[in-house]
Amino acid sequence: MDFSSFLKSWNEGESFMLNQLSISEFLSRFQRREISARETVQSCLERTRRVDPHIHAFLNLNEPDALAQADEADRRLASGADLGQFPLLGVPIAVKDVISVKDQPLGCGSKILKNFVSPYDATVIQKLKTAGAVIFGRLNMDEFAMGSSTENSAFGLTRNPWDLTRIPGGSSGGSAAAVAADECLASLGSDTGGSIRQPAALCGCVGFKPTYGRVSRYGLVAFASSLDQIGPFTKTIRDAALLLETISGVDAADSTSVPHPVPHYASMLTGQIKGLRIGLPKEYMIAGLDPQVEKTVQTALRQLQELGGEIVEISLPHTEYAVATYYIVATAEASANLARFDGVRYGLRVDGADPIELYSKTRGAGFGPEVKRRIILGTYVLSSGYYDAYYLRAQKVRTLIRQDFLKAFEHVDVIATPTTPTPAFKAGEKSEDPLQMYLSDIFTISCNLAGICGISLPCGFSDSPKLPIGLQLLGKPFGEETILNVAHAYEQGTGWHKEKPALRF
Amino acid sequence: MDYEAVIGLETHVQLRTVSKMWCGCANEFGAPPNTNICPVCLGFPGVLPVANDEALRLTALTGLLLNCEIPPAAKFDRKNYFYPDVAKNYQITQYAMPSTRNGYLEFEFENRIARVHITRAHLEEDVGKNFHFDRNSGVDFNRAGVPLLEIVSEPDITSPDMAYEYLNALKDVLIYGGISDCDMEKGMVRCDVNISVRPRGQRELGAKIEIKNMNSFSGVRKALEYEIPRQIEVLNKGGKLVQETRRWDDIGNITETMRTKEHAHDYRYFPEPDLMPFEPTESWLDEIRRRVVELPLARKQRFMSAYQLPAPDAETFVRDVPLGGYFEALAPRSKNPKAIANWVINNLRAKMTESQTGLNDLKFKPELILDLVELIDSGKISTRIAQDVFGEMFATGDPPAVIVERKGLAQVSDTGAIEKFCDDVIAANPKSAADFRAGKTAALNFLKGQVMKASKGKANPNVVGEILERKLKG
Repeated sequence: MDFSSFLKSWNEGESFMLNQLSISEFLSRFQRREISARETVQSCLERTRRVDPHIHAFLNLNEPDALAQADEADRRLASGADLGQFPLLGVPIAVKDVISVKDQPLGCGSKILKNFVSPYDATVIQKLKTAGAVIFGRLNMDEFAMGSSTENSAFGLTRNPWDLTRIPGGSSGGSAAAVAADECLASLGSDTGGSIRQPAALCGCVGFKPTYGRVSRYGLVAFASSLDQIGPFTKTIRDAALLLETISGVDAADSTSVPHPVPHYASMLTGQIKGLRIGLPKEYMIAGLDPQVEKTVQTALRQLQELGGEIVEISLPHTEYAVATYYIVATAEASANLARFDGVRYGLRVDGADPIELYSKTRGAGFGPEVKRRIILGTYVLSSGYYDAYYLRAQKVRTLIRQDFLKAFEHVDVIATPTTPTPAFKAGEKSEDPLQMYLSDIFTISCNLAGICGISLPCGFSDSPKLPIGLQLLGKPFGEETILNVAHAYEQGTGWHKEKPALRF
Repeated sequence: MDYEAVIGLETHVQLRTVSKMWCGCANEFGAPPNTNICPVCLGFPGVLPVANDEALRLTALTGLLLNCEIPPAAKFDRKNYFYPDVAKNYQITQYAMPSTRNGYLEFEFENRIARVHITRAHLEEDVGKNFHFDRNSGVDFNRAGVPLLEIVSEPDITSPDMAYEYLNALKDVLIYGGISDCDMEKGMVRCDVNISVRPRGQRELGAKIEIKNMNSFSGVRKALEYEIPRQIEVLNKGGKLVQETRRWDDIGNITETMRTKEHAHDYRYFPEPDLMPFEPTESWLDEIRRRVVELPLARKQRFMSAYQLPAPDAETFVRDVPLGGYFEALAPRSKNPKAIANWVINNLRAKMTESQTGLNDLKFKPELILDLVELIDSGKISTRIAQDVFGEMFATGDPPAVIVERKGLAQVSDTGAIEKFCDDVIAANPKSAADFRAGKTAALNFLKGQVMKASKGKANPNVVGEILERKLKG
């Protein structure tokens, strides 16, 4: 934070707060011993205590545990640990309630896992701990990551920090809102069809969906195994690069992780995009696109051009089938993934006279309506007699969608689109209309089906009300560094990331 | 009408691996309930399976031993069904693309070599075990995730006895290959049966009926012995058989309906997205080819033809592989392999059992058995004396020639000495001599025995016979 923004926040009545720091700002000051991990975590805790009753990003926050981890980071620094060894030393990172942390609750926003405490760390959590990070609280989400507004959480909805009457997006709504409201320095979410990028766009922060196989899924409670990836929410692109680098890499515990080398992403942020070809898919200029979103994204594209990028129109001809394909593949996998929540071994149990009754009572009481809807849909598309027409066909279309992207990437380096068709909508506005809700992921879903990487970054605001708008950049498989660099160039050239929601409680 | 049975078997075998199929938990029978468990085999939220490579290797090895193709790629699918012993409420199994397929198993049956085709041998995971108490039930997940091979036969089996012999032959192959310990008591082998009957000569198959819940090979035979006449009777009475699953009742010795086709499960198979397809490389396959062993039937046939052994001897060496190996190290160097087999089977094995000695702890060098047989065949010692020499050799490790020399056991063929023995025996046994002269030839054997006894076994029995006969007739 530079002096002028310090003055600005001072004048706006907010005392200078360490919780507002980005990861890289924190690390440089922490390393210079200007600030401690304890006071930074303390600052995040104070902020959360003050704003979270209104935002409700957190489901659970163990303050003594967070402070103990911060103290450990301070001790390590004092005893001479260097950031090469602990690249995220002392950084408070909050975690979506779908990622397992040993001895912490793991609820997935569902009643069926109420009071469940996980006995093990997800691989990404092990990596964060090894890097010295402070694992900071559990974040709200749509139940089992099924939703686009966080209204499907069994534990109450999360509010958008820019407008408390609006949703933060989903399913990682808590992860986006917590970062946007400066309750933590960064967070982890998961993205199955846009669940990182869409809420990042609606809350005005950076959200990154890595290439499928880039980050281990071990310890991520599966929604749709062939689509899920864990990724970071951050305040800056540099932070996303730092966090991504830490959590990436092949994992012996996840057979679908890929042994592709992990580059030093942060050092590849040159800001140089001269001659870079940016594809603009003509199929994404759809009827339902909000005019303010369209205008803002057009402006962003012009700015990218001014930075040296070359805009190329491309075609992704199977785009119109993406949503249908997604809701067959994802629900089919989910119907099996969620079968384990049966009341036999852990979580909620509602007793019955026999196993069948126990199952139906437990699952009837434990799952919310959207989860039930998707389990039923997934069970249907896999049923004998329907499998070929739905699941098998969807897999074929999925291959075509991936080929669309691979062909496009023969001509362009990145693809740019709006992240969402509209800015954040009002709570309750779409919750009675699942199809409308599904369409809010229309620009993000193809990326998961194709298994490529994508990022959403702030690119401006709507007028009244002032709501963030996100620019999505899609990259080649394992082309993380390219989209990060384009995003970084854009961020440094525009500065939208410095805008903060005015929260006064 | 004359009916014939058409039988196919699905045999589940637990693989002999150190750890389970998807996690590092021990694959071990008999541990206290729920002690070999972890988040992965309990299906906790967020866990992922990682395939056990040794289980994949044993599956491919089974394929090679059962003359199967190894397709270029195999993959796992999810078989969805709810049951308390299935931790994830789906079982991971190779449904669409098994590791091996299209093979056969040959075995001896009714004095011919029978061949049963193997549709596939595919890899999956075992499930936990349910226990029912007075007021509640429990599940032991120690077995959940143990690698399980399902070997599916074509419906080539025509009788309960043939099914029984197939299962035993299959078990022998699996034990031979080190694939499974096949301990029935520990539930390492389980078998389901598919059976239909049809008028002999008809090509079209009858309604397929599956029978479950047999817990031994003889249980399979008994279930078939019950089920085949039952189906024939239904048809003979003008009834109709429908596809169904029946349960074998081991106490009542009957089968009873479990579920009919209308209530059959829809398992909603689909590719397991947590595992990548497995594509065996040539070097991986080479490593497995090096683990291929000679199968029991081939070994028996080879022992019989290469060494002119009778079937029971060859079978002994098939059952006791190390003993067969011991024999094979000697047999090619002997003019009389059959005698070597006799000594190894009748004497060596008995002595080893009696003294609790293993093949590796023998005091004498294997070659000494060659020497011993050579001493017998050249007439140096009698078979009787050879027993004593062997006993001494077993106890001390000394060569038989040394023992014969030391103890003065060389056979006496000197006719002078033998004539003396014969004269004495004839004189001492006038009644037997008279009997022989009166035409009772059996009396000669008695006199011969007396001479052998008098010579302490050292007299050459052939020479004794000749001299006695000459003297009695003369």
